[in-house]
Amino acid sequence: MKHLTQCTLAVVAALALTLGATTAAQAAGKLSIYHWFEYIPQELLDKFAAQHDVEVVMDTYDSNEAMLATLKAGALGEYDVAVPGDYMVAILIQEGMLDPIADGERKNMGNIKASFASPSYDPGWKHSIPYQGGTTSFAVDTAQYSGDINTTDILFNPPAELRGKINMLDSQGEVLTMAALHLGIPQCSQDRSQLEAVNDLLQNAKQHWASFNSDTAKEVLVSGDVTVGMIYDGFGAKARSEKASLQYAFPKQGWVNWMDNVVLLKDAPNRANAILFMDFLLEPENIAAVTNYARYVDAVKGSEAFRDPDLASQPESNPPAGISGAFIETCDQATQEVYDRIWTAVKK
Amino acid sequence: MAGGATIEGSNTTATYEQARTWLLLPAWITLAVLVLTPVLLMLVYSFLTKEFRGGVIWEFSFAAYEQFFCDRGLFGDDPCSMEWTYINIFWRSIWQAGLATLLCLCIGFPTAYFIATRPERVRPMWVFLITIPYWVNLLIRTVSMRFMLREEGPVNNFLTWTHIIDEPIQMINTNFAVQVGLFYSYLPFMVLPIYAAVERYNFTLSEAAADLYATKWVILRRVLIPTVKPGVIAGCILVFVPSLGAFLAPDLLGGAKNFMIGSLIEEQFKGNAGNWPFGAAASMILLSSVLVLLMIYARSQVRPRRVHSEGA
Repeated sequence: MKHLTQCTLAVVAALALTLGATTAAQAAGKLSIYHWFEYIPQELLDKFAAQHDVEVVMDTYDSNEAMLATLKAGALGEYDVAVPGDYMVAILIQEGMLDPIADGERKNMGNIKASFASPSYDPGWKHSIPYQGGTTSFAVDTAQYSGDINTTDILFNPPAELRGKINMLDSQGEVLTMAALHLGIPQCSQDRSQLEAVNDLLQNAKQHWASFNSDTAKEVLVSGDVTVGMIYDGFGAKARSEKASLQYAFPKQGWVNWMDNVVLLKDAPNRANAILFMDFLLEPENIAAVTNYARYVDAVKGSEAFRDPDLASQPESNPPAGISGAFIETCDQATQEVYDRIWTAVKK
Repeated sequence: MAGGATIEGSNTTATYEQARTWLLLPAWITLAVLVLTPVLLMLVYSFLTKEFRGGVIWEFSFAAYEQFFCDRGLFGDDPCSMEWTYINIFWRSIWQAGLATLLCLCIGFPTAYFIATRPERVRPMWVFLITIPYWVNLLIRTVSMRFMLREEGPVNNFLTWTHIIDEPIQMINTNFAVQVGLFYSYLPFMVLPIYAAVERYNFTLSEAAADLYATKWVILRRVLIPTVKPGVIAGCILVFVPSLGAFLAPDLLGGAKNFMIGSLIEEQFKGNAGNWPFGAAASMILLSSVLVLLMIYARSQVRPRRVHSEGA
């Protein structure tokens, strides 16, 4: 009995040592992921865990801002990787919350498609790798509404039959960018009359909105709680697979473009595993598993071979030619404070 | 055996008199570490300068409290006028929580009375039945409530099926749904303290009152309720306080269209606003108002309690 206890102690001590040895090149131990909700298939995490003999743990968030807040409130040093959107990568770099990765540390960087060679928010992919890209607009239940859906009037100036039947994403960035597109004004405008116009627009439209919800954006559409719901394209495709009458809109005024990225966080407790995870996600077969699950678009050469054949032709991934979306811009502090006041006024 | 049972002068108290400080130490440490420190931290934060995109700068500032009471327009440079936004949010939450408390009291009191008047053998079973649903996480229960209340949910289906209504009623994303959610979330906090009080109630008092020609209504009003009042008030506090800070029910059942105190504070810490000092200030204002309410209650309790313990 005594021997057994000693044996156990030795094993535990050895395990603790391995876990503590974060700089070890050999992958053993743990990987902590901070990720969007419903975005990566569990099987893929299991595959990584088996391949590299690590324990994978994941927590989820429902907006870029919520992720930033958690990291700022002391979670830095707890997670290895996170999956921020384009503008949030820029903010995280500015805040010094990412760990730069030296050239050659990641083996699979050559797999990134040429068109994604160097994004403006992280030139040369020094802190991140591309994960999934897509758009944000809204979906409409065409069984309930037969009018033209490809206009932002649906959200901000809805026809009578859609009033009180609209779910908005609980995300300041996306709602205010859509509002700017609707009004045809630049994002982060400092022009007072334009900011007042945004404020008036939202104050007026609010009475027609039923709810603000991000993580139930798909469910409220499928269940019929609402007829119109702001949603991401791939999430909208999933919603359509559960309710065929849902149609994703490409408003003529534009929509929100975004690119999510896997970043290496500062003070990552398992840095080596995080690098392995990035290489893992740059392999065509693995990233295609994410793409098939989340139904967006990835940026890895050769992943098409592993993608579901119907993905390329799904309507949500094929915006009409001639109109385009806009990436969310990061405003300066003074403008952001006005945006915050507008947002609080919407929800007061 | 709580409350009235610990009357001064019992032998047990004397036995442990000397060890008292040591016996109380764990409780004091727990309180200091888990309650006082976070509250003090929030108090300090509420007087700091906010950092852009969350966080604080260690510079003293009244800005957070000023923002609460002072409206400076959309661009922040108008002269200060009274800010009603946050006071309205507080008022809405207090109204909502008060209504939930009243609802819980109306249903909880008869329920507690019913359980306390069952034979002693089956009472634990009734209490157990009341608590069973609360073994499930609050989030899951609130989401289930969404399913129940939605337009094509069981409640509407039943009502249309029985022809009580012709068209489904819009219940989800209304204040009604929030009320139902709060009521359902916190009902046991009302039932259990009242049950504990009614169980200790000496029913021969009711019989004595009846012998003196008191009607059932008079017995309830003049004998039963005054005796179990501490339980009722404890139940009301236990329902009112968490309802005031609740954000799950307003978010999931009310549609998050209107801030409640809880969601307003949450937004300051994890939302877009990222204004930690303001979130801390709103928490401190909330905490102070609740403390004042509790102190008013404590004051009103001091005299009546003495009279009761002499009578018991």
